[in-house]
Amino acid sequence: MHGYANPARFLKLARPATGWLLGTGLLLLIAGAVGGLTMTPPDYLQGETVRILYIHVPTAWLGMAGWGAIAAASISQLVWRHPLAAIAGRSIAPAGATFAALCLATGSIWGRPTWGTWWEWDGRLTSMLILFFLYLGYIALASAERERGGEGRMAALFGLVGAVNLPIIHYSVLWWRTLHQGQSISIAQGSSIAPELLWPLPLTMVGFTAIFAAVALMRMRAELARQKLEARLRRSAAE
Amino acid sequence: MNQWAFVMAAYGLVGCATAGLIMRAWRLMRSAEADAEAAKRRQ
Repeated sequence: MHGYANPARFLKLARPATGWLLGTGLLLLIAGAVGGLTMTPPDYLQGETVRILYIHVPTAWLGMAGWGAIAAASISQLVWRHPLAAIAGRSIAPAGATFAALCLATGSIWGRPTWGTWWEWDGRLTSMLILFFLYLGYIALASAERERGGEGRMAALFGLVGAVNLPIIHYSVLWWRTLHQGQSISIAQGSSIAPELLWPLPLTMVGFTAIFAAVALMRMRAELARQKLEARLRRSAAE
Repeated sequence: MNQWAFVMAAYGLVGCATAGLIMRAWRLMRSAEADAEAAKRRQ
């Protein structure tokens, strides 16, 4: 990780990785979406709305994984003062916020025909809504610190403290048995979803994840280029 | 209740938002890198 503390070395890897991640992600996403919409049978209970699963689950995963990555970047910044950590946190946050919002929206669209309601103050839904607000707070705090020329330590602390919400989201379906169904897929117990319904999900999961990584890399590259430009302008003004 | 209307609304929303996210990041990157390159050439 520390090998990539040098922005030039990081960019050497990030430039080709951006295109590969974006291309692979789009291909997998299209394959998964087409498969999920046309090649899988309707669920015996949920009917056609089960197809929302192929986009809802990846958005939920990325909403949470995005904050996990922000927390990791925050530790890296606070403990090791990694020079790219603050940039990584700021670059991940907009994509994480978008996917958290999409998770809430797709869940709501699925909930109306299945549960008969757009929204319920259920443990999972509420903790996910809190995650979305945490993202907005992080984005505002990190931008304000950047504009004032700060190192982004307050945003890093906020990123670390906000990670407390991640286990709450994960275990909410076990702690509060309300409307949201329990875990359907786990590493220890496998999947309770029929294989003929499940196969497009890994495609969209990997596809969305690759797109998320590509978006974060593009934003990191933009910020590094902006910093380089600002440094050049400062040098010119000083001469 | 037409279930397909809900499915297509969800896919449409996610498709548009993902495309917007990619395009915004792409534009930010291209313009920042072009500005940095132009400043480098000017010096």
